[in-house]
Amino acid sequence: MLDFVQQLVSGVALGCVYGLIALGFVLVYKATEVVNFAQGDLMMLGGFFAFTFIGMMGLNYWVGFAGAVAAMALFGMLAERIVVRPILGYPQFSIIMATIGLGYFLRSVAGMIWGTDDFKIETPFSQGVLRIGSLVLAHDKLSVIAATVILCTLLWLFFNKTTLGTAMRASSENMLAAYYMGIPVKRVVSIVWAISAAVATCAGVLLAPITFIHSNVGLVLGLKAFPAAVLGGFGSIPGAVVGGVLIGVIESMAGFYLPEGWKDVAPYIVLLAVLLLKPEGLFGLHARKKV
Amino acid sequence: MRFLFKTDYEDDIRLFPHSGYVVSYGLLLAVLLIAPYVLSSYLMSQLVFVCIYATVGVALLILTGFTGQASLGHAAFLAIGAYTAAYLQKYNVPFPVYFLTAGILTGCVGALVGFPALRLQGIYLVIATISFAFIVEEILARWESVTNGNEGMRVKALSLLGVTVSRDSPTFYFLCLAVLVLTIVGTLNLLRSPTGRAFVAIRDSETAARSMGVNVALYKVKSFAISAAITGFAGVLFAHKLSFISPEMFTLQLSIEFIIVILIGGTFSLHGAVLGAIFIVMIDPFLTYLKDDMPGIIAGIAATFGAGSATAGNIQSKVAAFASLNGLKGAIYGIIIMLFVLFEPLGIYGRWLKIKLFFQLFPLYKRSTFKRQKIYVKSERNR
Repeated sequence: MLDFVQQLVSGVALGCVYGLIALGFVLVYKATEVVNFAQGDLMMLGGFFAFTFIGMMGLNYWVGFAGAVAAMALFGMLAERIVVRPILGYPQFSIIMATIGLGYFLRSVAGMIWGTDDFKIETPFSQGVLRIGSLVLAHDKLSVIAATVILCTLLWLFFNKTTLGTAMRASSENMLAAYYMGIPVKRVVSIVWAISAAVATCAGVLLAPITFIHSNVGLVLGLKAFPAAVLGGFGSIPGAVVGGVLIGVIESMAGFYLPEGWKDVAPYIVLLAVLLLKPEGLFGLHARKKV
Repeated sequence: MRFLFKTDYEDDIRLFPHSGYVVSYGLLLAVLLIAPYVLSSYLMSQLVFVCIYATVGVALLILTGFTGQASLGHAAFLAIGAYTAAYLQKYNVPFPVYFLTAGILTGCVGALVGFPALRLQGIYLVIATISFAFIVEEILARWESVTNGNEGMRVKALSLLGVTVSRDSPTFYFLCLAVLVLTIVGTLNLLRSPTGRAFVAIRDSETAARSMGVNVALYKVKSFAISAAITGFAGVLFAHKLSFISPEMFTLQLSIEFIIVILIGGTFSLHGAVLGAIFIVMIDPFLTYLKDDMPGIIAGIAATFGAGSATAGNIQSKVAAFASLNGLKGAIYGIIIMLFVLFEPLGIYGRWLKIKLFFQLFPLYKRSTFKRQKIYVKSERNR
């Protein structure tokens, strides 16, 4: 029983990271119908920025964190401006390819700059543990869970309660109509990319104590975040986090209870099953076909 | 230049639109047939890879270019073909038999993947094929009694009609070329048949195709099966060429390379698959060239423009350091993909068509002829 709870908590913590990356997918998808295959690599880059600020320049953890988030938000805007904006409105396939190309590029360039070793960031959470009875919970895992909850709430409030959030939802439904109604669609898209890159950075920094940062971490985790986004329903913010948590729990349970090898495949088997049975996901909108 | 005036249906579905095609492709084929006696063994090896990649490219083109079903899982089909060949070869099954078995088996797996794919579109299909590929990769690594796990499998030289054909011999090259030519001719024939027309109709509009009486589900599964089968055939040749296969060769990276093949070549024409294959295979020799010769050349140029020998040497060492950076290939891939998507979505073959049309219509050429329409109107979720 104790093992089970222990696995559950570490699964939830891992799942929250998947959820945070999936949140990035969902934000971009919700606003622009673009699936950003480079999301994982944005996370990796954010982690490296934080490592540069904290580990190499010796800044305070929180200052470095904020610096990395701000830098990545700018970077997200830049990437949107250069790579995505010219091809908005073209079929999804082109955009998927463009973001795959962006991901390749970021991964290789990060490998060139920071090398291919593993890096670690010292965080205020990396030492302590919380004991409840005989249950041992590491602070870094709890910090991931807490941060996910906070970020998710903020984003949900942002999308549903602010004018800018409403503008984003409008431009996602019908870009042209939103433009005619006076919504600055281009700026909205820029801001969405900035937010999604910032969220990815949070994921990267929170992840740093759990799995180290290296140039390929984005690919590995980014691909794990897909099942999360699909399970929750592409386009739903709570769905992304719930999906991420489910995938994380499934993965850690499979790693513990099933024979070796199942751990890596389990998320994808679940993904295929979800796609077969309920393609719109748990929280997704049911798409109706109009002729 | 020759203008084609199509006056009846027969003109439209002819294999060769006019005799010029027969002459030019005949010449190309003749050049390819004498190539092994002229070129160095390294270039021949590259040419074999071009044939294999082009075969997979054509297969992917049937699925992605003509039926409009994106797939990022073709490395898995290639793996299934390669492993079937390697496994059957252990039991002394003759080459033609396991060649066909690999193709048919991969085709069946392709159809099985096609069924779930019926309900999925766009991004969901891409994700589903990626997960399929991951699952296959994991099975290959774990099913040790058949695939030998992560140790990988040796593939012996193939023997055809009692003669052993080594992987560097001209005969092996001819075999790959024959497979490629047969695939291309077969695909051309497929595309002018009712099946091919149905594929294109599904790509252009599923709803319209359905209302014209096309059985969309059947043709999608067919497209998956055909594409997978051709990839399986290519897999057999791939296994023989490499002579050693292991699960980590058939990763997402390889699937993306195949997509790059058709993306760079041009997703609407078979020429594109071949051009893209040439491109992707030639990146490695290009990088080697960049590493070995480029620094000297650049230093030479700098020296001619009046830079002192010290500066030239400095430049040379800097270029050399840049060229031997670790991730250069990935970065080049990334930049190339982005540049093609942004500036030349029709690929290399599209560029050739534009140049051709420019000269054909010389004073009257309009730049907007090939412009794609942007669609902002509706979200794809509700389309």
